[in-house]
Amino acid sequence: MSAARVVWSGFMMNLKMVGTSSFFLLTSVVQPVIFATVAFYMFKSGGRSGTLLYAALGAGMMGVWSTTLFGCGGIIQWQRWQGTLELGVGAPPSMALVYFPFTLANAFTGMYALAATLVWGRVFFGVPLHLVHPWLFVLALPATVISLGLMGLLLASSFILYRYANAMSNLLEYPVWVASGLIFSTSLLPGWSRPISWCLPPYWGILAIRHAALGGEVWGPLGMVVVLGIASLVLSVFTFGIFETRARARATLSLT
Amino acid sequence: MKRWLSIFFVGGVIAYRGLFNWIRPAMYIPTMLGSPLFQLIFFTKLGQYAHAESRDFYIVGNSVQVCAMSSVYGMTMSVANERWFGTLGPLLASPANRSAVFLGRGVPVLLNGLFVSAFTFIIGAVLLGFHPGAGSIPPLALIVVVTTASCTCFGMLLGSIGLRAKDFFFVANLAYFLMLLFCGVNIPLNVLPGWMSAIGRCLPLTHGIAAAREVAAGASLSHVSGLVWTEVGVAAAYALAAYVLFRVLERESRRSAVLDTY
Repeated sequence: MSAARVVWSGFMMNLKMVGTSSFFLLTSVVQPVIFATVAFYMFKSGGRSGTLLYAALGAGMMGVWSTTLFGCGGIIQWQRWQGTLELGVGAPPSMALVYFPFTLANAFTGMYALAATLVWGRVFFGVPLHLVHPWLFVLALPATVISLGLMGLLLASSFILYRYANAMSNLLEYPVWVASGLIFSTSLLPGWSRPISWCLPPYWGILAIRHAALGGEVWGPLGMVVVLGIASLVLSVFTFGIFETRARARATLSLT
Repeated sequence: MKRWLSIFFVGGVIAYRGLFNWIRPAMYIPTMLGSPLFQLIFFTKLGQYAHAESRDFYIVGNSVQVCAMSSVYGMTMSVANERWFGTLGPLLASPANRSAVFLGRGVPVLLNGLFVSAFTFIIGAVLLGFHPGAGSIPPLALIVVVTTASCTCFGMLLGSIGLRAKDFFFVANLAYFLMLLFCGVNIPLNVLPGWMSAIGRCLPLTHGIAAAREVAAGASLSHVSGLVWTEVGVAAAYALAAYVLFRVLERESRRSAVLDTY
């Protein structure tokens, strides 16, 4: 079976599965819309109504990250609970290739969040949807989503050995929103946190998307999105191999 | 009365230990302490960026609201997980007083919510420079107790829904996030449209957070007694509604033989 077929089949299957999940409906549509509304009112009460598109994009990206995070954190755990993890690990393709389409589908589902917050903002808050560089926006969005999917793959690999992957997912939601500056500038954060931001694909992704929408340099952040996505992929292939071997050696693959 | 109290306290603790036996430090710390900590930082920084309200506004609002992590999710699970674990049938077949069984589950959840809220206040003081006067701390603590109790009663109502609803986690999650929007946690009620602030006033947290903000700013407890008593009234109303709903759904589930089904 070719790698492309594995990716396509896994992507479509997981897309259908998450499409029927009320949990994903919550993280990819409902939650971003609520956070977008909170941000709209906070920006309005602070007299920064001109930044509503900024808030809509940020809240949408928060949804993309939440969906990716909980989806990727859940991949290993849910498969453990369902007893299908051993089948995925025992399949002839490498473990990274088996789970890459799953994480990609999760991140793709997260795009609903961006669509939801933009439509919500337009309909209820009159957010202008004028994009300064529409074609670059169309390019930056999937690049960011794929990069986040690859980052999710790296996270999923580390959860093979971790019994409480879901708890770690709960923990990592807000910190990445903060460190990536998804809805406020990272200049508000202490200087020591800056290198952490630079290592996160969402940081560069929101910069690329924001600059494409509101004006600014797009190619630099977009390049970083691609570089970090590739780095995540390479690292995850490596970590999947190591963690899978350790889980097999300790017989802890299906720990619950 | 002695038996009622025994079921209320001992039963509540045993039920908590049984239903939450899966909680370990590796699960509790990231979820119940890490997540509120970063929620506090997120909204405080967002407020700073939006130039909306003072830093203390967000610290107090979020430090009180995070009690809902325990009160809403915990209380929902305290009732609905009986069904999930298949123990609802034996529980409801017992002759134990229903109000003691039901309300007793709120005590451990309430204590947990208080701990989470206190932790977040301490983080606000250590990391974000929240320093209320020493005289403000006792009334602030009392208001947090009342508000957490109110939130726990709201969680009881959601838990009762979980007695029949298939996807009670969706409801609990939705309620938690809507509280951030409606209850004046991060947005002053006068900024929200009238219908939203009206809903907010019917929810737990809203009056408690308003009272906590005033007390943290130096007001006396007697000055905010109206807000505190309103929060007590909201708590009583939700507790009553939750108990009535619990009994109605229990009877309906028995009548239609769907007690343990999904």
